[in-house]
This record gives sequence, C-alpha cells and structure tokens, in this order.
Amino acid sequence: MSDIPVFFLHGLAYAGLLFLVSAGLTLIFGMMNVLNFAHAAMYMLGAYLSYTIIMQLTGQFWMALILCPLILFVIGALIERFLLRRVHKYGHLGELLLTFGLAYIVTELVKWYWGNYPLAVNITGFLSGTITIFGFIYPIYRIFIFLCAVLVGGVMALILYKTRLGIILRASVNDSEMTNTLGVNVPLVLMGVFAFGTALSGFAGVIAGPLLSTFPGMAQEILIDAFVVIVVGGFGSLGGAIVASLLIGQLQSFGVLLIPKLSVALVYLLMAIVLVVKPSGLFGEEQ
Amino acid sequence: MLEIRDIHSYYGKSHILHGVSLDLKEGELVCLLGRNGVGKSTTLKSIMGVVKPEQGSIRFHDRELVGLAPYEIARLGVGYVPEDRRIFRSLTVHENLLMGIKNGKKENIGEGGWTVERVYKLFPRLEERKNNKGSHLSGGEQQMLTVVRTLMGNPRVILVDEPTEGLAPLIVKDVLDMLATVRKSGVTVLMVEQNFKAAIKVADRYYIMSKGQIVFAGNTEELLAAEEIRKNYLEV
Ligand SMILES: Nc1ncnc2c1ncn2[C@@H]1O[C@H](COP(=O)(O)OP(=O)(O)OP(=O)(O)O)[C@@H](O)[C@H]1O
Ligand SMILES: [Mg+2]
Repeated sequence: MSDIPVFFLHGLAYAGLLFLVSAGLTLIFGMMNVLNFAHAAMYMLGAYLSYTIIMQLTGQFWMALILCPLILFVIGALIERFLLRRVHKYGHLGELLLTFGLAYIVTELVKWYWGNYPLAVNITGFLSGTITIFGFIYPIYRIFIFLCAVLVGGVMALILYKTRLGIILRASVNDSEMTNTLGVNVPLVLMGVFAFGTALSGFAGVIAGPLLSTFPGMAQEILIDAFVVIVVGGFGSLGGAIVASLLIGQLQSFGVLLIPKLSVALVYLLMAIVLVVKPSGLFGEEQ
Repeated sequence: MLEIRDIHSYYGKSHILHGVSLDLKEGELVCLLGRNGVGKSTTLKSIMGVVKPEQGSIRFHDRELVGLAPYEIARLGVGYVPEDRRIFRSLTVHENLLMGIKNGKKENIGEGGWTVERVYKLFPRLEERKNNKGSHLSGGEQQMLTVVRTLMGNPRVILVDEPTEGLAPLIVKDVLDMLATVRKSGVTVLMVEQNFKAAIKVADRYYIMSKGQIVFAGNTEELLAAEEIRKNYLEV
C-alpha cells in the first residue's frame, strides 16, 4: 500500500485525459442537444494523425499538439455545416444515426490507412523524463497531461463566465431561439462549438498517444468512460465534467489496485448510484 | 415602415395565417387584438422569421424580410419580445441585459438610445437585482427585463407579445406606461394584447384578428364605434 501516491497520480493523469475528451462531448451536448457518438472516433483520428506527424513527418510532439486540433477543428466545422445541420430537422434520431455512422466511417478509414494494430508514439526530450515526487520517481508526461487538462478547463471556464462569447453560449443553452432573435448568429455559434469540441477531442487524442499508444479500439475504450463522466457530472455541465473526471480517474486507478477484477464494474456502479440519487447528474440542472 | 402583405404561415401542415396584411407607420403604437389561438403570436413570429411565411411579403424600410434568419431581421432593427417571458434563466439580470446589445457594441446609439445605465436609472429594481439570476425576479420584473433587454439592441420597431399577461393590475399599468415611454422615444411598437380595455389607453390604432385573418383595422374611435365587431371577435 506504500505506493498509494503513485496510484493517486495515475488517477490524476487519467482524469486529465478523460476531462479533455468529455469536455467537448458535454459542451456539444449542452449547446446543441446532440449526443455525439463520433466524438471518440475524432479522438482516435487525432491520435493517429499525431502518429504520422510525430513519427513520420516532423519528429515534433509540439507540432502534433498544434496541428491536430487545427485539422480537427476544420473537420468538425465541415461536419456541422454540411451534415449535422441538414439532419437536424429529422430530430434526435437523425443526429444520432449521423454521428453513429461517422464514428463507424472514421474508425474504418483509420484501420484502412494506418492498419489494424497498435502504433507506438514515442516522445523525447523533457516530457519523456521523470521527476521525484512524494519520494517516488514519476514520469513527467503524466503530470503534463494533468496540467494540460487544468489549463484547458481554466480557459474554458474563463471564456464561459468572463466574456461576451460566454454569455452568448450560456444564453444559447437556455434558449437558442431567443438568442437568435436578439441578433446573434446562432447557427455560426453552433458550428464554432462543434468545431471546438472536435478540436478538443483531437487534442486529447494527441495527448493519449504516448500514454496509451494508438490502437483501433482506443475510441471505444474512452467513449464509455467519457459517457459515464457526462452522465455523472450532469449533461452539459463543465463543472460536472471536471468533478466526474477526477472521480472516475481515481476510481479506475485505485480499482485496479484494490479489486482488479471488478475495476471496470466500479465505474458503472458509480453511475448507477448517481442516477438513483440524482438522475440529472451531480451538477445537472433539474428539469 | 413595416408593410405586411398577404402572408401565409404554417406549423407543419396546419395552415395558421390565411393572408394577413398590416401596416405600421413610423412612431405608431399599434395593437393587435383577438381571441385565443387566432394567430396573433404567429403573426409576430412570421415578421421575426421564427416562423417562415410560405407566401406573401414583409417589407421593412424597403428591405424584404421573408426568407431572412431571425438574427438578420434583428440586426436590421426589428426587436421581438415573445410571450411567456423568455428570460435566460442561468444568466444574471445584468447578463440578460448585455445579451440585448447587438454585437456587444455601443455604436450608433444616438440621442435617447437605450443603454444599461439608462435602464438602471429607469428601473432601480433591476439594478438592485443585477447580480441575481434572471429566474429569481417576480413576474412583473421579468416582463420589464424582457422588454428592456430587447430595447438594448435599439430597434426601430419592437414587436411585443402579450406583455401584460398574468400580471397584477398595478403592474399591468407599469408595463403599459413603459411601452408608452418607449414609443415616445421614437420606437414604433406593435403589441399583441388580449385585453383591449388596457390597450385602449395607449394605442393609436388597432387590428383585430380572427382565424388567421385581419377582420378589423381602425383607430380608437372606430374601435369603440364598432360594437358588433367587438362582440363577435373580442368579448368572450
Ligand atoms: N408550435 C406550434 N405548433 C403547432 N401549432 C401551433 C404552434 N404554435 C401555435 N400553434 C397553433 O396555431 C394557432 C395560432 O396560434 P398563436 O399562438 O398564433 O395564437 P394566438 O393568437 O397568439 O393565441 P394566444 O392568445 O392564446 O396566445 C393555434 O391554433 C395554435 O394551436
Ligand atoms: Mg399568443
């Protein structure tokens, strides 16, 4: 039990990654009422793109960290503009089928282009080093993941609560039609939100590569945990996503330590408890 | 300034507006009357582009509004205050007001334009509650807030849907006084109202609707004289 601090740090790193994936998911759901099943596929695409950028083209991790989100931002904007917006009139089922189909297509394209096997992304330099923390030697990269999540979460909170754009975003969540009649180009805002959410999943994918390696099942793997995060935290709530990511990160980490066989079930158990006690999630608005 | 010609609007397959025509002149306060479900709200929504008329034309200062998105219509200078007070419930009172400012800019607000400072001076109760959530206001305060929120965009014409619905008589007077003040500041007002006894104190002209059509147009004297029409289309 002496390595509890290490498991705690592992939990933080995973929580960071989970937050980066689920923040975009919950933002898109809160703003657009779309449960985006393609979100994790975009995360995987980000990871594979980063493999190509880092291992085959530039050798620069930083390059991937900047380029992948940009590429995915454009992809997200195009998907919203030319696909999602068109199926919107068919209601939730149309949107669900579309994102489901996209997830499928992206996954198959990735397998076709990069192959159906894991690819290792190696980082070099400072990030690949270790530091001594709580008397343990610990990889800097995992701490870096957590700090990235803190930074992204902080910037998002700042935008949401301290800028005019944030006021517009929160107003659109409440009542997008009213926002539209006050002169806000809501369709453009929604396109931006979807693009930003997709870019964020790509960013998470780049970060995940060196930690978990890239493999075709990585989307499925994170999708379940990310869904649990937004259910537990409350659909559409950024604060909820932060708290739930931290909870599930630790649960996953210590679950493996304490009851390895049941560690996966623990996550579902948490979700079940939250749903019974507060169906709208920890920070969700009651209907 | 606003010419509505023969518009037909639908919700899905149900045909709601059967050729509505009406006119607003600069600086008027016009009241649209009629019983429940005759299409008054749908008329305002059609002007605002929230419902798209499938036929007919709406011209506002020589611009065609049919086919434009609500935000484009708003930016041309049409303000809309919907029924049932759509306050942004998770925004503070102050943030609700800020939402009304178009593009967040204070540009071209001329003499007598609406600013946050002016609103607070006129409605000290809103300033006292500026950091409260909009949903914590009383019904009357919420109604004031929705109207001034739209005024923050300094529209040239404002469409107000049943501003006095569900308010206590004392507050009804406040709201109507406020709309009279708005008109005095040079903004043209088109107001939907169920209660013509309240409307008659402030309006210049009236339209009465029935089953998706305009059945009466006239000024206060004409409305008071048209007893038969009032009996058929207004009084329950
Ligand atoms: N979103 C909608 N979908 C389908 N039908 C609608 C919708 N909104 C209104 N209607 C129908 O359209 C007709 C006109 O409605 P509208 O809201 O314009 O009436 P109104 O004159 O404003 O009535 P009220 O005084 O009750 O507000 C009604 O029969 C109503 O049932
Ligand atoms: Mg109505």
